[in-house]
Parts: sequence; structure tokens; C-alpha cells
Amino acid sequence: MTKKIKVGIIGSGNIGTDLLMKIQRSDVLECEIFVGRNLNSKGMKVANKAGIRISDKSIQFFIDEPEAVDIVFDATTAEFHKKHAPIFSGLGIKVVDMTPSKIGDMCVPAINLAKCSNSYNVNMVTCGGQASIPIAYTIAKTYPSVRYIEVVSVIASKSAGPGTRDNLDEYIENTENGLKELTGCEHVKAIINLNPADPSIDMQTSIFAQIEECDISLLEEPIKNMVEVIQKYVPGYKVAIEPVYENSRLMIMIRVKGLGDYLPSYAGNLDIINCAAISVAEAMADNLLKERGGNA
Amino acid sequence: MPKILISDSTLRDGNHAVRHQLSRHDIATYAEAAEDAGIGVLEVGHGNGLGASSMQVGLSKETDTTVLETARKQLSNTLLGVHVIPGFATKERDIQNAIDIGVDVFRIASHVTEADITQRHISYVREKGKKVFGVLMMSHMANVDVLVEEALKMEYYGAQGVIIMDSAGTYMPSDVAERITALRAALEGVVGFHGHNNLSLAVTNSLEAIKCGASMIDGCAKGFGAGAGNTQLEPLIALCGRLGYDTGVDLYKMLDASDVAKTFIDEIPTIAPTSIISGLSGVFSGFLKRVEVVSKEFKVDPRDVFLRLGELKVVAGQEDMIVKVAIELSKKGA
Repeated sequence: MTKKIKVGIIGSGNIGTDLLMKIQRSDVLECEIFVGRNLNSKGMKVANKAGIRISDKSIQFFIDEPEAVDIVFDATTAEFHKKHAPIFSGLGIKVVDMTPSKIGDMCVPAINLAKCSNSYNVNMVTCGGQASIPIAYTIAKTYPSVRYIEVVSVIASKSAGPGTRDNLDEYIENTENGLKELTGCEHVKAIINLNPADPSIDMQTSIFAQIEECDISLLEEPIKNMVEVIQKYVPGYKVAIEPVYENSRLMIMIRVKGLGDYLPSYAGNLDIINCAAISVAEAMADNLLKERGGNA
Repeated sequence: MPKILISDSTLRDGNHAVRHQLSRHDIATYAEAAEDAGIGVLEVGHGNGLGASSMQVGLSKETDTTVLETARKQLSNTLLGVHVIPGFATKERDIQNAIDIGVDVFRIASHVTEADITQRHISYVREKGKKVFGVLMMSHMANVDVLVEEALKMEYYGAQGVIIMDSAGTYMPSDVAERITALRAALEGVVGFHGHNNLSLAVTNSLEAIKCGASMIDGCAKGFGAGAGNTQLEPLIALCGRLGYDTGVDLYKMLDASDVAKTFIDEIPTIAPTSIISGLSGVFSGFLKRVEVVSKEFKVDPRDVFLRLGELKVVAGQEDMIVKVAIELSKKGA
């Protein structure tokens, strides 16, 4: 049996609990500890039932047992991560930050997985960022003269927990930062809309771009390739509306169906950011295993 | 005489009808007329509020900063108001900018079941010492108990009142009476009503709201607004006078203001067939222009598009669904 890298999760909400379920399927990651503030929370009960060690000591757990894990997923909030980041850094624990804290290196695996697998703190941008930035990046590569990129995500109301609802401004800012940094386009805009439709709708993200002259046939191949790369770590990712171009305006719509681990499959938003996080954590783990294998 | 605060959204909700193309000249001339008429609050900006100019819901002719500065110069007694939807507008980028320009009233809006996304924006405005109201859009999509619960959340966050919008123009007077009565009993602050005229009931519904305890009413000159338009201010103010409600608005000067509005209203709102379908289906009337354009492009019946959008329970901000539905229908028809 291959050795696994020990990881921890801090934050026992929707994101943290769904990550736990995904880690249990990983060949290289093993969840050593599930940390929150309240042993009676829904997520804690799920973890406890799965036989995972749990703690309600928040960040203090890692200070007390710095050797317990090599990688931690921070699924708290941006405000908490600002306090956690220097602590994890001091303890030598690698961080996959699920919050829109703007601290670590912006990570979208389809674009920069190799680079991020060597970082100490990676930021997973936002769910909408994970869905839209790879397409925006492809558009900007094909049409470097793109003047404006706008991304609009609609997520099911039921998939947005209190943390998400409280962090809409941070969501917008972090998505816009990720877009700018990874596409090189200076003029960007992000919009998020919670949809209360019942039954819940799947997550959808529209990507708009302002391009003077656009031959959409040139985008066909690069977008198809990009979608295939993303589908390797997010199986439910697909193009819902192929590129449409009118009046200098290019539009593409993506739909993300979740794996249905902790929340039902409509929560593609939860799934895409978590699948991306697992993907980078596994790459980090591969590096660590290689280093250790080499030293043995 | 009971006092009624008139919130004039000619330069905000009206902007939907001209795809957010109102110019600084339009804003300056109408703001001057509204001030002169004694309007309580004048809302200004993109139809979807601060920070909403976008490909998704339409790019504005003027920036938020330009329109707010332009209106600010014309107003002294009339308060300057803005509409804010979290998810479009952020506190630091948009709300703070509006505060710096001198906006007096912030109306923080969400879909009727999503009031909790307004918490941080409402409390931010309140901490800065500005007037803040909560707005529940598409209020017909929740039952009365849920509506009251969501309004109470907004009040708890710091809102000094809550306005319910009949965004699709679907209410009957009895629907309005039931909701406003329940809100009046539950809330401490102001209760407001924002009507749309799809089924020709906007003025009637507004008067019904006042009768049941609402003290803030939204409307537009000439009924300017998306689809069949908003509550028309001129008859509303005339009837308030007749019924003995004090709006503080001078009727003749309001009539003059409506003539000023005529200079930028391309088409006086009428109850078009699609507006009736919108009212019956309960779909946001702001979708109308886009539905017409897209339906033409894909050669489908806009009435079918609306009914399908109603079945899908789309909400404002999902304008991209119009294209999707039109494509689906055109494939079916082909």
C-alpha cells in the first residue's frame, strides 16, 4: 500500500464536511483531524461517525500538535484565515485556503497546478472563479486584445451556507483578483446571484468578453481542451451554451453538477472548489512523498 | 393627515425601460423638477442599482459616480436615494463611493427569501449614519409568514423600514392588503410598497397599501419603468390629496415634472400583451425588453418564453436564462 500524506480540516461547515468525504476517496491523502468550534455541529457528527478524530479547539489544536499533519484545508472564513495563515506558516504546515482571504497564491488547477503544488499557501479563489477563470484564460490566450471580462455565477440558495452569504463582497473581490491575475485582463467584473428556485438549480456560470473581432470557430478547440482538463478533477463540469458572439460580446455558459457527496448534486459550486482543492493537495502530497521517498 | 413618503424611482427603475441609457442631462433636468415638486426621495442609477452596469443586465450610459454627482447638485430638500443589491454592489467599492458623493438613502435589496445577504450592507450603511431601508423583491414568491420573517431580519440588521416589491405586477388589492397588514403588525419601522402595472392595478394597489398602514410608496413619472411600467406618480399623488394623505408633493409641479420626463421616455408604458403574460406568470417585468429582442432573434413567441421562465421560477439577475429558453424553444419549434 502506498503511504498517504496526513491532512487536517479546519472549519466544519458545508465546505469542510464535503472535503472530508472527498479525502476519504484519495489515494494519497488521509484525514487525520477534523477541527471546528462545536462538537455538536452537523459536520462534526458526520466526521465522528466516519471514525475521524475530531477536535473543538480550532487553531489551538494545530499549535498543540504541530506534527499531526503536513497539509491543512482552511474552510473557515476570510477573517479567520487572516489570523490562521501566519500560525500555519510558523508551524511549517502547508495550507489550502478555501476562503476568499486574498493571502495565498491564486490557484486554479487547470491553469497553474504545477506551480501551486510547490506553494506554502494556496488560495482556491472562489467557486465562481474555479468555474469561470479557466474559460476566461482560454479566451484571453486566443484573443489577447480582449478588453473586458465579466463572469456571472448563479448558485442554488440551499447550497450557500451562512459563511458564503456573509462573504459576498469578499467573493466578488477575490473572483475579480483571480480573473485579473490569471488572464492578464485589467478590466473585469464578477457578479453572484443566489437562486431560490425549487427544485434547486445546478450551479451555472456565464462568461462574457468584449472582443472587437471574434471568430468563434478559433475558440472551439482550445475550449474543448480546457474543458477536458477540468473534467479530470471536476467530472460534472460542462459547457451548457457554446460560445455565442454578437455586437462585440462573446458569451459562454458553463454548468457544474456536483458529485453529491455532502450536499446534493445541485451544489456544483461546492463541488468545483473542493475538487480543485483536492487536486492541488494531491499534487502537494505527491511532491512530499517523492521527497520522503528520496530521503529514505 | 397621515404622512406618506413618496420615493420616486423614475431615474432608477425607469432606466430599465431605456436599457440604462439615461444621460446626465436627463438626470439633471428631472432631478430639478422633482426637487421643485417636493418629492421625498429621488432614486437614481442603473435599473439594478449600484455596481450593476454589466453585460449580464445591461451596461449604463453613465457611471454611478456621474449620475449620483449630477443628481446631488440639483437636490436640497429631496433626499438622494440608491438601490443596492448585494452580489452586484460591494460595500467598499460602491456603497462607500455613494456615501462620499452624498447619497442620503440606501435601499438594500434582495430576493424575498434571501434577506440574510443584506445583513452586512445594511449594518454598514447604518454605522455610517445614513438612512437605510430593506427591499424585498419578487415578494409574491413567498407566503405571508416567510415575507414577514424576512422583513423582520432586515429590521434586526438595522433597516429603518422595509419595502415590498410587486416586481412582476401580479398582486390583486387583496394580496397587498394581506401582506401590508401583516408587516404593519410585525415591524416597528416604515412599511413601503412598490407596485408594477402589468395588470393595471399599480395605483389601486398602492392606495390599498396606504389604507393598510404603508407610509412609503414608490412610483415613477408617467409610470416610466420596465415592461408595463411602475405606479404612475401623477394620479397617485392626485388621489392621495383627494383621500386626505399628505405626500408633501405639489400636484401641479408633479404634473410639470412628468412633462420633463417625457423628454427622455421613448415610449410611454402601455400594458402590452407580453406584460399581461408577465403579470400572470409572475416573472420580473425587467426581463421584458430582453425577452422581446431575444425572441425575435431566435424566432420564438415571447409569450412562450415568459411562461417557460415562469415555470423555471427565474429571478432577477438570471437574464442569461432568456437566451437558453429561447434556444430550447426554437429547437422544439424547428
